[in-house]
Amino acid sequence: MNKKLNIITNGIWNENPTFVLLLGMCPTLGTTTSAINGMGMGLATAFVLICSNLVISLLKNLIPDKVHIPAYIVIIASFVTILQLCMQAWLPELNASLGLFIPLIVVNCIVLGRAETFAAKNSPFDSILDGLGIGLGFTLALTLLGAVRELLGSGRLFGYSVFPETYGSLIFILAPGAFIALGLLIAIINHIKSNAQ
Amino acid sequence: MSYLLICITAIFVNNIVLSQFLGICPFLGISKKMDTALGMSAAVAFVMVLATLITYLLQYYVLDPLGIGYLQTIGFILVIAFLVQVVEIVLKKTAPTLYRALGVFLPLITTNCTILGVAIMVIQKHYNLLESVVFAIATAIGFALALILFAGIREQLELSDIPKAMKGTPIALIAAGILAMAFMGFSGIV
Repeated sequence: MNKKLNIITNGIWNENPTFVLLLGMCPTLGTTTSAINGMGMGLATAFVLICSNLVISLLKNLIPDKVHIPAYIVIIASFVTILQLCMQAWLPELNASLGLFIPLIVVNCIVLGRAETFAAKNSPFDSILDGLGIGLGFTLALTLLGAVRELLGSGRLFGYSVFPETYGSLIFILAPGAFIALGLLIAIINHIKSNAQ
Repeated sequence: MSYLLICITAIFVNNIVLSQFLGICPFLGISKKMDTALGMSAAVAFVMVLATLITYLLQYYVLDPLGIGYLQTIGFILVIAFLVQVVEIVLKKTAPTLYRALGVFLPLITTNCTILGVAIMVIQKHYNLLESVVFAIATAIGFALALILFAGIREQLELSDIPKAMKGTPIALIAAGILAMAFMGFSGIV
């Protein structure tokens, strides 16, 4: 039981895709203009990650070694298409604000990376847990970054006003703020980790 | 005139890396040295123009007439993966010098989101074929510009005295933020 729990916590902290592995940087920076957008992107990626991990783990003995990368990409792209159609139908607003980054989940290195390093070697159940852990870690990181940018940029948090908007600094909502906020967050996490050792 | 406008917008105002956030992985990963930055930029430019051309034809002559537009994502990524393989094989046979220069970067390009991003963008913007190709070339120049500028900055950063927790990625991201701020200065011109 403990081992299963470890797979999940591993993805959230030790191998956090954003802060430690530094994968999937494009959606991390591009969609975190607010905490809600960041969370939406994180959950969308988590969905694709869990489904593709499961299917790849089930099919791992059937896929010939020579064509495994194209096969994985087709599986991932199928789930992204399902996600796109569902979001267009039920969450049109979120879909519009995430825009291009939904189809681009196909080329998110986290998804292909986990397929290659975890799902292709482990049992289907463990692969689901790994997808859940990494997906949650990604969602938490994106929500945190979105919340920091939203708070510093517009004085809001999840859309609720915390302090008057005139005190916010618009740069954090705009492109440069994404780089700077993520850089500072990673620096803080590095600092915490080196202190803990 | 409209072609010039597409070029200026894609290179400076809506720079693919610094304001659209596509292609951040190579931007951070391959920008430590100037030589590799140049090689990657050339490989991306080459594949991007070809991929945009072929995905454009695929969208308007296959997907749309058959009414299977929902297969766009799968179709495009397969074309790109296939194209990268073909380019690799053709270059190896016909231009070994170019292959030696670009070879290592080619397999990485399949999962480079700028290629798929540009292919989808030209469809969303309803560009015609010539506009699409011009847009792809201009975007590739914008990518190269950002990557080469950033590689120059990082070569300097290597020599600087930086607090321990900020070393590596954090300081690189902050430098990229300042570079993005500089590019925001172009936002008024179009």
